[in-house]
Amino acid sequence: MGFFNSLKVNLGVWINRIFKKKRAKIGLYGPPNAGKTTLANRIIQDWSGGGNLGSVSEIPHETRRAMRTEGVVIEANGSSIELDIVDTPGMATKIDFKEFMAFGLSEPEAKKRAKEATEGVIEAIKWLDDLDGVLLIMDSSEDPYTQVNVTVIGNMEARGLPLLIVANKMDLPEASPARIKAAFPQHAMVPVSALEGSNIDELYKAIATHFG
Amino acid sequence: MDLISGEKLEKMTSMEKIRLILDKVKTGRIVVLESGLTPDEEVRLIEMTMTEIRVDEFSGIEIESYPSKKEGSFFDKLFGRAVKGRMTVIGPANQLRTIEKDKYQIITKVSVGD
Repeated sequence: MGFFNSLKVNLGVWINRIFKKKRAKIGLYGPPNAGKTTLANRIIQDWSGGGNLGSVSEIPHETRRAMRTEGVVIEANGSSIELDIVDTPGMATKIDFKEFMAFGLSEPEAKKRAKEATEGVIEAIKWLDDLDGVLLIMDSSEDPYTQVNVTVIGNMEARGLPLLIVANKMDLPEASPARIKAAFPQHAMVPVSALEGSNIDELYKAIATHFG
Repeated sequence: MDLISGEKLEKMTSMEKIRLILDKVKTGRIVVLESGLTPDEEVRLIEMTMTEIRVDEFSGIEIESYPSKKEGSFFDKLFGRAVKGRMTVIGPANQLRTIEKDKYQIITKVSVGD
């Protein structure tokens, strides 16, 4: 990116922040099976009167195409913000069809899923250029120091775009949101269970604060 | 294993770095970059990796770098100055496995002849 283009983009970000833009395009990012689609479905059910953005599964890379929902109005902290929510495919650095076969898929099904998953990762990366902010979803029962987390956070910091970490799956006994906070102390984090809806109101307040 | 100096990386364009890494990793080599990649180069490397994955030939890469030390300053953000990369290790996904990683150290296991 050239210097003047970079300056233009970054000035735009700061001007939007100063004047508190009230509509934002937010991407849900994270590794496969972190609960991105479960959270996207929860937000849409809570604020758009039902419906699901996508299906969920225990098999990784269930979401292999980015899905966007426009005009989700979230009201919290006495103000409202209108969001375009983009649920992106799970980011990964490797995709091996044999891992899908371990979940019971046939070899042709696993190969097809692997091919679509690689396309999904590329699509998720392309979306980074077209967002106003990111919700980075992490599985709080897993090690937070994954390269996907490090790379997404590094990109948001380099672009000067707002980022909110969602420590999902806090309903699991081995969940440790504190471990995520210790790993990335410079960023705000909200522990939730997208599946059960626990602490979800705190997430909506944080969204209004960060992206509003 | 190839250790590539920060000085050499500084002279290369992003695309040259990514091509060099992928060419080495696809032949089974582990690459250590002294000064790492920028965040943008990291995502471009992942993107390029996805296009080169082939069944039974290449299943992708294992890449490990440290989290950034701190947020850039106001002026860094205003002028879009790149966040400087930190030491990074990259290898074939079927040969390099991360055992443990935190803010200060990366412990990996390398399998030879896989």
